[in-house]
Amino acid sequence: MGIGLTHFLILSGILFSLGIFGIATRKNAILVLMSLELILNSANINFVAFSRFGGVNIEGQIAALFVIVLAAAEVAVALAIVLNIYQNYHHVNVDEINQMKG
Amino acid sequence: MTPDTILNLSIAILFLPLLTFIFLVFFGKKLGRVSGYIGTAVLGIDLILAIIVAFQRLTTYVAEPMLQYKVDWLYLGNQTVSIGVGVDNLTAIMLIVVTLISFLVHFFSLEYMRDDENFPRFYAYLGIFSFSMLGIVIANNFLNMFIFWELVGLSSYLLIGFWFHKDSAADAGKKAFITNRIGDLGFLFGLMILFHTYGTFMFDDVFGFIKAGILPFDSGTWLTALGILVFAGAIGKSAQFPLHVWLPDAMEGPTPVSALIHAATMVAAGVYLTARIFPMFTADAMIFVAYVGALTAIIAATIAITQFDFKRVLAYSTVSQLGYMVMGLGVGAFTSGFMHLVTHAWFKALLFLASGSVIHAMHTAMHHAHNHDMDAQDIRNMGGMRKTMPITYLTFLFATIAISGIPFTSGFMSKDGILAGTLAFGNLTGHWFIPIAGFGAAAITAFYMFRLTIVSFHGKPKTEIAKHTKENNFLILVPLITLAILTFWFFYSPNPFGADKGWFHKATQSPGSVVPSKYNFSFNVPVHHGEMGHENVMHSGHEESMNNAVHEQHSEMNMAMHEQHSEMNMSMQGHHAENQCDEEKAEGEHCKYAEAAPFQVTHVDRYADGELKEHTEFTEALHHAHIPAMILSLIVAFSGILVAFVFYQFKVYDIGSIINMYPWLYKGSFNKWFFDEMYQATVINGTVGLGKVIAWFDLNIIDGVVNFTAAIGRGLSKVTAVFDFRIIDGLVNFSAWISGLLGKALRKPQTGMIQTYLVLTVIGILALIFIFI
Repeated sequence: MGIGLTHFLILSGILFSLGIFGIATRKNAILVLMSLELILNSANINFVAFSRFGGVNIEGQIAALFVIVLAAAEVAVALAIVLNIYQNYHHVNVDEINQMKG
Repeated sequence: MTPDTILNLSIAILFLPLLTFIFLVFFGKKLGRVSGYIGTAVLGIDLILAIIVAFQRLTTYVAEPMLQYKVDWLYLGNQTVSIGVGVDNLTAIMLIVVTLISFLVHFFSLEYMRDDENFPRFYAYLGIFSFSMLGIVIANNFLNMFIFWELVGLSSYLLIGFWFHKDSAADAGKKAFITNRIGDLGFLFGLMILFHTYGTFMFDDVFGFIKAGILPFDSGTWLTALGILVFAGAIGKSAQFPLHVWLPDAMEGPTPVSALIHAATMVAAGVYLTARIFPMFTADAMIFVAYVGALTAIIAATIAITQFDFKRVLAYSTVSQLGYMVMGLGVGAFTSGFMHLVTHAWFKALLFLASGSVIHAMHTAMHHAHNHDMDAQDIRNMGGMRKTMPITYLTFLFATIAISGIPFTSGFMSKDGILAGTLAFGNLTGHWFIPIAGFGAAAITAFYMFRLTIVSFHGKPKTEIAKHTKENNFLILVPLITLAILTFWFFYSPNPFGADKGWFHKATQSPGSVVPSKYNFSFNVPVHHGEMGHENVMHSGHEESMNNAVHEQHSEMNMAMHEQHSEMNMSMQGHHAENQCDEEKAEGEHCKYAEAAPFQVTHVDRYADGELKEHTEFTEALHHAHIPAMILSLIVAFSGILVAFVFYQFKVYDIGSIINMYPWLYKGSFNKWFFDEMYQATVINGTVGLGKVIAWFDLNIIDGVVNFTAAIGRGLSKVTAVFDFRIIDGLVNFSAWISGLLGKALRKPQTGMIQTYLVLTVIGILALIFIFI
């Protein structure tokens, strides 16, 4: 049995769940960001898998490339924010960053 | 052994170190010191496999083209991207170089890194480095090479910054990574052009297309650009001018790492890449490569003279020697350039490991003396260690002799070949700067290496610490002795003065150029015998020369070379190219491209001993340049050594007086010709300035817009607030009032008393019965 679309979708599902789990449970902002990357990558796997098996052709791969670029930009901005948070709070614990609360 | 077995084994060689990396990342902390033994054992297995593969390749399949696998990897629209592995003679030799040095460094580090708290992490990183370096070596296409190229950059970054709690180490790691990235950008652009034009990354396919006359955008200039762009990757990785600044800083990493990565293997990857793409260099690209190499060799050598840090002298020496290799490839002395990569790998790894031995002994002595302030790497604190560390001294001396190019060493053979190549190149093209830089750097190399040896090992100990250094144990000495043995000539050729008689030269013949001869040096185009080929060649030559603008550019450049070239021809007896040239004299400068066939046929000459060898004018000139180059290089090497002894050993003259005579020269060299300051002023301050401008823009313009919209938003919301209060709240309150009223009415029946409910239930049931029955 060859590796087909299902396998990729299962893999992407696992990655997505791991990402959600990470976002929900981690307190460190960096780890939250990393979990976010997992989610983006699970989406990428879907894109590429559908482009290979689902007749979406090259557009799927291009979408994946866009996601990668966006993810890079997102990380740049997010890390800048994390650095700023670190300078203000001297930690990056997302639970204790609550100054935005009204 | 079948080709398939060889390929499977080489894939095993590739992945074994990756397994150690994965294993040590997860279990290293628990294993502690055992992780070092695991890493060393795996690399030992790797080494044995590599020797088997290389032996098979270099004996059974030595005349075969690359043995390779190709696998379809990606389907991009209607194009397929293949990857794969390949083993040819270069790969076989490199496999041994990488695995042996990596194994020795693993072994050496068992002692050197003994007290480091992150011992397992160190071995994990060494594993991933070995994996990525082997990946470069057995790649048979540009894409694989690029992927592993980046992985090597990553592992180099991790290992330079291994002691990241030191700011200098963390900074050096970043500097190395970013500087490399600049070169890699060129590499990437090169790959884009390549894929756009040929739709494949395979070396043999690409070279085949070029040979068939298919050029990027149908232009020789783009082919030149392609060569230079891919070579830019090598400029970064092999620390060539002007991106050489990262390598000396990389010495912040542990010394075994410097030996493995920043002296012997990774920095040689750039040279390896240059050797791989050697067939597609046009004449212009070769001149560029040769000049980059020559400049690097001479600039780095002049800096190395005045440094006091033991490892920094060696670092600049590495840069200079890498320049040598690149220069050798640039002038077309392919075999010697590659041979220098190999011989240099042995003796430079030895120099670094010996320096590690010295530094380790100094640290141990400082530890015993409870002195923690002294710089253990400053050669001004050393001296006299010839007596205290005799084996380290002897092995270091062997390497010094080899790098200086003294006969009976490996370094002599490879260096001599490169210098002969530069002489031939200078003679054929008139670019005399290259041989001058080559010989100059050779003299300076001999001088600074002996300066280093004399100051640190000879004379009297300059400090108490140096006096109390002790020779290290076998874990450190075995690698030193192994590498020292490899600096002898007989591993490469039975004749210490004739490297071309050895197996090494026969196994690594120049692949020859695939570039259409119009864009190539005529002296690199194989010479044809017989009339028929000659006639054909003339025809196409004329047609081609009619309408090519690029050709015109080349002609101008080559006008000057032409004269030189004809003279050269006269002096060579029985030369084949002569009549070609004469017949085309009427055409003027086109003579240079005497053989401008669009589809160049590689002419292969079968030599008497059965070896296949491409016969070009250049190989002829190389042959003629051999003896003069040898004599000249001996003169410069010995004069360099003599000067070193005069100033540092016998102190006939005071070195200070020379410094005082030329203070500017000394300051310039001591401060590395201000490259770092220059980059600080231009690139770094430029980037920071741009960042500040953007920050100002953000703070004033963007924030202004944001604040303005916020103000508008606030104003609007005030209006809507009124509306909210009166109308919306009114409605809400009204509905609340209604439901309150209803609630009040309906609350009445809910008394909370169970009897009431019971009564009501009974009434309800009765009502239902009355209605439905």
